Amino acid sequence: MAQVAVQLPEQESSGEEQGTRSAIWLMLAAGLAGVAVLCAMEPALLWAGLAIAVLLSLIAIMALRPRRIVLRDASDALVRTSDVLPEISAIDLARAVADPLIVFDRGGVVVHANPAAVAVFGAVLPGTMLQLRFRAPELQHLIEDALHGNDPGTVVDYVERLPLEQLYRVSVTLLDRTSGLSALVFRDQSEGRRIDRMRADFIANASHELRTPLASISGFIETLRGPAKNDVVARDRFLGIMQEQTGRMARLIDDLLSLSRVEMKPMLKPGETADLRPILERVIDTIDQRAREAGLKVVPNWGEDGFTVLGNKDELFQVFENLLENACKYGRDGGRVEVSLGRRDDAGEPGIAASIRDFGPGIAEEHIPRITERFYRVDVEASRSQKGTGLGLAIVKHIVTRHNARLLIRSQVGEGTEFTVFFPERKKLLE
Amino acid sequence: MVAQQHSVRSYDEELKFLVARIGAMGGHAERMVERAISALVTSDTALAQRIILDDKLLDDAQREIDEKAVVIIARRQPLAHDLREIIGAIRISSDLERVGDLGKNIAKRVVAVSEGLQPPRLFRGLEALSDLALTQLKEVLDIFASRSVDRISSLRDRDDNIDQMYTSLFRELLTYMMEDPRNIAPCTHLLFCAKNIERIGDHATNIAETIFYTATGRLLPAERAKDDRSHHIMMAPMLRKAGE
Repeated sequence: MAQVAVQLPEQESSGEEQGTRSAIWLMLAAGLAGVAVLCAMEPALLWAGLAIAVLLSLIAIMALRPRRIVLRDASDALVRTSDVLPEISAIDLARAVADPLIVFDRGGVVVHANPAAVAVFGAVLPGTMLQLRFRAPELQHLIEDALHGNDPGTVVDYVERLPLEQLYRVSVTLLDRTSGLSALVFRDQSEGRRIDRMRADFIANASHELRTPLASISGFIETLRGPAKNDVVARDRFLGIMQEQTGRMARLIDDLLSLSRVEMKPMLKPGETADLRPILERVIDTIDQRAREAGLKVVPNWGEDGFTVLGNKDELFQVFENLLENACKYGRDGGRVEVSLGRRDDAGEPGIAASIRDFGPGIAEEHIPRITERFYRVDVEASRSQKGTGLGLAIVKHIVTRHNARLLIRSQVGEGTEFTVFFPERKKLLE
Repeated sequence: MVAQQHSVRSYDEELKFLVARIGAMGGHAERMVERAISALVTSDTALAQRIILDDKLLDDAQREIDEKAVVIIARRQPLAHDLREIIGAIRISSDLERVGDLGKNIAKRVVAVSEGLQPPRLFRGLEALSDLALTQLKEVLDIFASRSVDRISSLRDRDDNIDQMYTSLFRELLTYMMEDPRNIAPCTHLLFCAKNIERIGDHATNIAETIFYTATGRLLPAERAKDDRSHHIMMAPMLRKAGE
């Protein structure tokens, strides 16, 4: 007890004067001194004293250690900067840049494209002439200026409209005067532009498509208030129709929002992968009940392998859910729907194909190229009765395009329809 | 455009210049078509006017490439791959110039179509068709940039999609005309626009064939029977009923 009382004032005063480190040393010394004194006086307190001493020294070590480590790191970092930094290649640095970056030489020939550039613009191989790949007139001027050594300080906006609209703010920086290397950097500005466009599209589509059900509801309300005021049978029937129409409006809004959401999202993150097999299995689990109600059997058809593609799991789930749902809606007479997954070629290009085939009435040839357009309906009545909104395939198509995949549609009237999502095998460009 | 004095130093640079000019022409042609469609859809007559003026750039560029190519052939007497490269440049530039003309033709129709407000559904199919054709053109020019000729065959197959789409659009526009005689004038113009776009797809295919020839010295296997079935479409009674 006496020890603690002795130590405390000492600790405080030394802490104020010389900092914690000397305080800890003093504490240690005081502790040891106390132990020595106590040992002489009463051996029974020896153990207690020892314990306190150990505790104090532990505290001392803890307090000192971090400081020492910091010191060591700092000196190491100095060594590293001077010795190692020049050895980091420009390619390593370019890889760390999240924006597409392309290094080119005096002749406008690509020397290096970082992974972000490859992800966005496809293979921009070394040796490609920049002016051939980036042909928009503004970029032509920018590159031309840079190649003629004019002040490359200007920044231009560049739009790649296809396959998906992207807006970039592009600038050129001269990297090294002697070698004549310059860098073309693209900053993605698509978000803002897409939001604007989405808003305009959404309003146009919503106002156009919601008008029909709305008009029919208001017509029925008018009738119910007027001529059919006391007609119980008619009232019941009209209310039923009105409910159907409001349901349709709700679905339309859901689908429009969903389409806007997928269109809003920027490009896929590079390097994100998904295994198609578990996705298809999950989709089948989700739809199975509905398929059985429609009198259909879903037949999966694939081996044990995994089929990994570049892509986002949730979005691909949405693709196959929509396709399978459609197959269940429009393939009723077929009795079954086949879902298959495998490797195959499309137009001589190897890749992975996931197909959903129904055995329904099929789609006439003239409609096939157009069914992915918004609100395009092969048969308006059939679509209405199946609660279609005319947006399902537009959503599918958009997601598929985002994945650099292709939607292949094969159909024969009377024999059914097959929707295939084809993922071309990407050559491993980044390795 | 940039009428810079090109002091051409070496043969290599002369060739490179030709190729770079084609890149610039391609960019202009793509831009013209894209803007023409957007002018059509938004009834933007001012934009249409600018597009019509822009066509001169392409004409000039094509003439320049032709002259340069002739000079190179005369002075350097190129052989094998180099010769093919130059012949290819001449051919591609004339295809691109045609694409520009087709774009200009669409722009010229903007005024006629925008008289009276057209419902958006009239344009939806046209936009989709032009997206297909422009994608085709873009991919062809990208292949020209990267020289990855292995992608050409899959590209040529996709020209079929454009033809099918065109046939379907043809049918749709006929239906609108039957629905309401007031639609006849704008729909006829739109039909020509659709045909122009379909032709742009054909020019893209031509360019693809030229690129293949330049790179390999071989011709692509003969073109499959071309078929946009619009010439078989008549006003069948069934169609008339659908229009009512």
